[in-house]
Amino acid sequence: MRIPLAAAIGLFFTALYFLAAIFAPLLAPYGYAEVVSSGYWDPPSAEFLLGTDGIGRDLLSRMIYGGRTTIFVATAATILSFTTGSVLGFLAAVAGGWVDQLLSRFVDLLMSIPSLIFALVVLSVMPVTLPVLVLVMGLLDSTRVFRLSRAVAVDIEVMDYVEAARLRGEKTIWIIFREILPNALSPLVAEMGLRFIFMVLFVSTLSFLGLGIQPPQADWGGIVKENAEGIVYGIPAALMPAFAIATLAISVNLVADWVLNRTTSLKGGRG
Amino acid sequence: MSDPQLKVRDLKIGATVYPPGEKPHDIEIVHGVSFDLEKGKVLGLIGESGAGKSTIGLAAMAYGRGGVKITGGEVWINGRDVLKSGTGDIRKLRGAEVTYVSQSAAASFNPAKKILDQVVEAAVEQKKFSRKQAEARARELFDKLGLPNPDTIGDRYPHQVSGGQLQRCMTALALCPEPDLVVFDEPTTALDVTTQIDVLMAIKAAIRGTGVAALYITHDLAVVAQVSDDIMVLRHGNMVEYGSVDQIINAPQEDYTQALVSVRSIEHAEKASTGDPVLSVRNITARYKGTQFDVLHNVNVDLYPGQTLAVVGESGSGKSTLARVITGLLPPREGEIEFAGRTLSANLAGRSREDLRELQMIYQMADVAMNPRQTVGTIIGRPLEFYFNMSGKEKRKRIIELLDEIELGEEFMDRYPAELSGGQKQRVCIARALAAKPKMIICDEVTSALDPLVADGILKLLLNLQKIEDVAFLFITHDLATVRAISDTIAVMYQGKVQRYGSKTQVLSPPFDDYTDLLLSSVPEMRLGWLEEVISHRKMESAGN
Amino acid sequence: MPLVIKLLAQRIALGLILLFLVSGLIFAGTIILPGDVAQSILGQSATPEALANLRAELGLNEPALQRYLSWLGGLVQGDLGTALTSGRDIGESISQRLSNTLFLAFWAAIVAVPLAIFLGLLAVRFRERWPDKAISGVTLASISIPEFLIGYVLMFFFGVKLGWFYPTATAFRPDAALFDKLESIALPVATLTLVVLAHMMRMTRAAILNVMQSAYIETAELKGLNGLQVIVRHALPNAIAPIVNVVMLNLAYLVVGVVVIEVVFVYPGMGQYLVDSVSKRDVPVVQACGIIFAAVYIGMNMIADIVSILSNPRLRHPK
Repeated sequence: MRIPLAAAIGLFFTALYFLAAIFAPLLAPYGYAEVVSSGYWDPPSAEFLLGTDGIGRDLLSRMIYGGRTTIFVATAATILSFTTGSVLGFLAAVAGGWVDQLLSRFVDLLMSIPSLIFALVVLSVMPVTLPVLVLVMGLLDSTRVFRLSRAVAVDIEVMDYVEAARLRGEKTIWIIFREILPNALSPLVAEMGLRFIFMVLFVSTLSFLGLGIQPPQADWGGIVKENAEGIVYGIPAALMPAFAIATLAISVNLVADWVLNRTTSLKGGRG
Repeated sequence: MSDPQLKVRDLKIGATVYPPGEKPHDIEIVHGVSFDLEKGKVLGLIGESGAGKSTIGLAAMAYGRGGVKITGGEVWINGRDVLKSGTGDIRKLRGAEVTYVSQSAAASFNPAKKILDQVVEAAVEQKKFSRKQAEARARELFDKLGLPNPDTIGDRYPHQVSGGQLQRCMTALALCPEPDLVVFDEPTTALDVTTQIDVLMAIKAAIRGTGVAALYITHDLAVVAQVSDDIMVLRHGNMVEYGSVDQIINAPQEDYTQALVSVRSIEHAEKASTGDPVLSVRNITARYKGTQFDVLHNVNVDLYPGQTLAVVGESGSGKSTLARVITGLLPPREGEIEFAGRTLSANLAGRSREDLRELQMIYQMADVAMNPRQTVGTIIGRPLEFYFNMSGKEKRKRIIELLDEIELGEEFMDRYPAELSGGQKQRVCIARALAAKPKMIICDEVTSALDPLVADGILKLLLNLQKIEDVAFLFITHDLATVRAISDTIAVMYQGKVQRYGSKTQVLSPPFDDYTDLLLSSVPEMRLGWLEEVISHRKMESAGN
Repeated sequence: MPLVIKLLAQRIALGLILLFLVSGLIFAGTIILPGDVAQSILGQSATPEALANLRAELGLNEPALQRYLSWLGGLVQGDLGTALTSGRDIGESISQRLSNTLFLAFWAAIVAVPLAIFLGLLAVRFRERWPDKAISGVTLASISIPEFLIGYVLMFFFGVKLGWFYPTATAFRPDAALFDKLESIALPVATLTLVVLAHMMRMTRAAILNVMQSAYIETAELKGLNGLQVIVRHALPNAIAPIVNVVMLNLAYLVVGVVVIEVVFVYPGMGQYLVDSVSKRDVPVVQACGIIFAAVYIGMNMIADIVSILSNPRLRHPK
C-alpha cells in the first residue's frame, strides 16, 4: 500500500506528539511547576530552549507537559464521545421505531444549544476536575458522533445486501458486525480524527477561558492564558501553543482525509 | 447535391480518468468516427454503454461533459468546422443552429423557472425570434407534440407536469429556435413503455414536420429503427457498421450488429403446469405503513415447480410490492402465501430457516446487492455455511462448482465486487441464490440495468440453470421481450391488480383487454413502419397523458 | 391553507417549542448535578450559615419544578432575575452588553459574508486551479487553530509589532462616534471574520458546485448562454437557499466565537459577562446568558429553514 506524502507527514507528526505526551517526564528538562528563573519571560537560551514564562518556569517543559494533559483529556473525551455516540447511533438505526425517535429528538435538542455555551452553563455549578471535563466534553460531543453513525448505518441498512442477509435469516448481531460495521468503519475512523481535533480545541478553549484545566497543571490553552498578558509587551510566549495545536490538528486532519479518500475511492472504483 | 448539414470526420475524443490508487491519466474514448447527415434526415447512433454515442452527440455541439475533451478531427455544421471556432461562435451555434434533448427532462429543466420561459430562452437570446414570436411558436409546438392545454402548459413549473409531458416539452425547447440540427440523447429511455410510444410518435412527427436534421442516440435498436433514415452502430468508441435502416435491420453485415438485431430472439417453449404449485399467492391485499391506499388488491397467482411466472407491469403497478409480500418484508393486510405445501408466516421473523432457504431472491442492482467488503468466495460461501454448515474443503469445492455453473472460473473467488463487470456481478448474485438449493427464486428486474447483449447472456444462463437445478422463478419485469423469452405463465399487473393471468400463449394471444393490448402493442418491434401501424390501431390512451 | 404557510407555521412553532425545551435543559444543567450548588459556589470552607443563606437566596429549598416555573415566568415577562455577586438586575446589565456583542457580530458579518461568498464563487470559477487549492489549504489551517490563537496572532503582529490597530478593545465606548467604535474593534472583527470565513467559503463553494453540476446547467450552456447568464439566470435561483443556509449556520457559529474573542480583546460584551459569571459561579447570570445565546442560535437556524422553504419551487407552486 502506498501512503501519499501528505498522509505520511500527518502520521509522522501525530505519532511524534503522542510519543512526546507519553514520555513527557523523560523529555522535559524541568518540572512543569518548577520555578527555574528569577526573571520573567526570559528569551530563549541554551538553558531554556523556548525561554521562560511570566513567573520564571521553563516554557519548553510546560509545553511538553501541557501537550500531555491536552492530548490525554482530548483522547479520553474522544473515546467517551465515540463509544456513547456510535453505540447509540447504530442502535437507533437498526432498532428504528420509538427508540430511534426518542434518541434522535433528544440529540436534536442538545444540538440546538452551542456546545461551548452548554459546557459553560454546566461548569458554572460543577467542580472543575479532569473527570468532569472529560465527561462534559465527551457527552456533549457524542451528539455529533450519534448523528453521523446513525446516518451512515441508515444508508447501509437500506442496501440490498443487508436485505439479502435478512432474507437469508441472519441475526441482528451478524448484520451489525458483518454487513454494516465493515462498511461504516472508514467514515467513522475519519470522523474520529476530526472529533479528536475538536476536543483539543474545546479543552484548550475552556482552559483559556480559565474554566478548564486548573493551574499549576499545564495545558496548551492554559499556557496561552498565563502568557496572554505578555502579548501587549511584544512577548510572543502565548503564541507558542498556537504552533503546537495547529500542527497537531493539521496532522490529524491529513490522516483523516487520507482514510476518508481511501474509502470513497474503493466505493467509486469500477470493474 | 448540397453540403451535408453535419459532416463529421475522424472525430477523436478523450477523457481524464481517476483510477483509485493510480495517477489520473488521459484515455481515448472515441477513436476516429466519420459520418454525414443530410438536411432533414435522421441518423441513429446506437451502441451499448461505453460505446461513446452520447459523447459523439455532444461533440456536434463542441461540448464535452465532465472531463471529456475533443482531441482531434473535424465537425462541420453549415459549412463551418465548429471545432476550430472560437468560444463566441460556438455559443452562437448552440441553441440556435444545433439544439439538444437529454434523457432526463426532469433533471434538465430548471426547477425554479416556468416551462415556457425555458422553452423560448434560446430562441430569444440567440435573436432568432422576438419573445412574442417565440412564445407563439412554443405554443404551436406544444400543440404539435400532443401536449394537453398547449396555451397554458408553459405557465407551469417542471414538477407540475408528468415525465412523458416534460420530455415533450424538452423536444419543444429544442425545436423552438428552428435549429438545423437536433441531438436527441436517449429521449425515451427513462419512460414507461406505453408513454415512450407517444413521445416517440410526437418526436417523429415534429422532426418530419419541421424538416430539421437529427442525431438520434439510443441503445434500443427497435426504437431507432422507427425514427431514423440511417443507422451507425458503435462499440467501444469505434464504428462497427453504418448504413440505411433497412440494411442494418434486415441485412446486417457485421457479427456485432447481427447480435444486436437478434438480441431478443431467445426461444423458450412454454412448459405445461403439472403437480401442485410451489407458490400460491392467495387474495393478497397490501399497503405500505402510514399510507391510506392499497398498493395490491386481491392478488392471486400460482407458480409451478421448475417453471417461470413472469409478473409484468409498468412503474407503480405493484409488481415489486408483490415480491416484498412474498418474501415477508411487507406483511399483507389480507390473504396468505402458500409455499411448498405450507402456509408461510406473513412476517419474515416468523419463518423457519428452511422457509428462507427454499425461497431466494436476486436483485435488479447487483452493485448494491453484494457487500463491497466481501470477496466473491465469501458472498457465495455464506449460504453454504449458514444453511448447510459447510466449511473448509467441502465449502470451497461447492463454491467452485457454483462458479462453474455461472460460467465464471475459480480465479474469481478472491475478487471483490468492484472488480467485476455488471454481468459478472449479476452472475455472482445468481450463484449466491443457487447456493441455498432453493425451490424458488424471485428475480426482481434482474436484467434491466444491463446492456442488451449482457442481459441476453443472463437470461440464457437462468433458463439453463432452471433445467439443471429444477428451480422455479418468479420473474418481475417491465420488459415484455424478457417475458416472451423466459416465461411459462404470465401475470400482467396494472394499478395493483392482476389484469390478466394465464399461460404464456393464453396471455399473449387475442382477444386482449384494453390495457394488455396497449402494453403489448407498445413494445417496439424491430421492423420498419411499426410505429405508424401501432398508433393507428390504439384503443386506450397511455397513462402518460 | 396553502402548503407553504402550513410548513412555515410548523417550523416557527418548532422553533418556539425548541426554545422552551432548551430553557428547561439549561435550567436542568444547573441543578441536576451531584452535590449541592451552594456548596460548590462557596467552596468547602464555607460556614453552615453562609450555605443556608445562599440556599435560601437561590430558592434551593423549594422544589426544582417550582423554581423552574417561576424562572420561566420571569423570563417570559423579560425579568431575568438578580445577579448573586453584584445584586444588580441582570436585564439591565445584559442589555448594554448584548447590544455591544451584536454590534461586534454585525460588523464581523458585514465583512465576512460578502467576502466568503465572493471567495466561494472564485473557488468555483477556478475549480481545481491554484485559487481553489489555496482556499482549501486556508480552510484546513483555520479549522485547526482555535479562535483565541488567531486573535492573539493578529494582536501580536498588527496591534503590538506593527501598531496599526488598537491591540485590545478596551478603548471601546458604546456612546463614542461610529468611526471611533469601529477603529477600536478592528482586530476583533478581523479575527471573527477569519474564524467563520473559511467554513463559509468552503460551504458556499460546495453549494454552488452542487447546483452547477445539475443537468439544467448543462441545458443552459447548450442554449448558448454565456457564463454570466448561466450563473445569474439558472444557478442563482437554485443556489440562494443553500447559500442563505450556509450564511445562517455560520452566523450561528459566530455567536459562539464571539464569547472567546471578547475575552481575548477584553470587549465589554455578553461573552465576557458569561465567562466572568461562570468563574464567579453566578448561576442566575449564567442561565440568562445561556438562554439568550441559545435563542439567537435557534433563531438563525430557523431563518435558514424558512428561507429554504420559501425558495423551494415545489412548495411555492404545488401541483
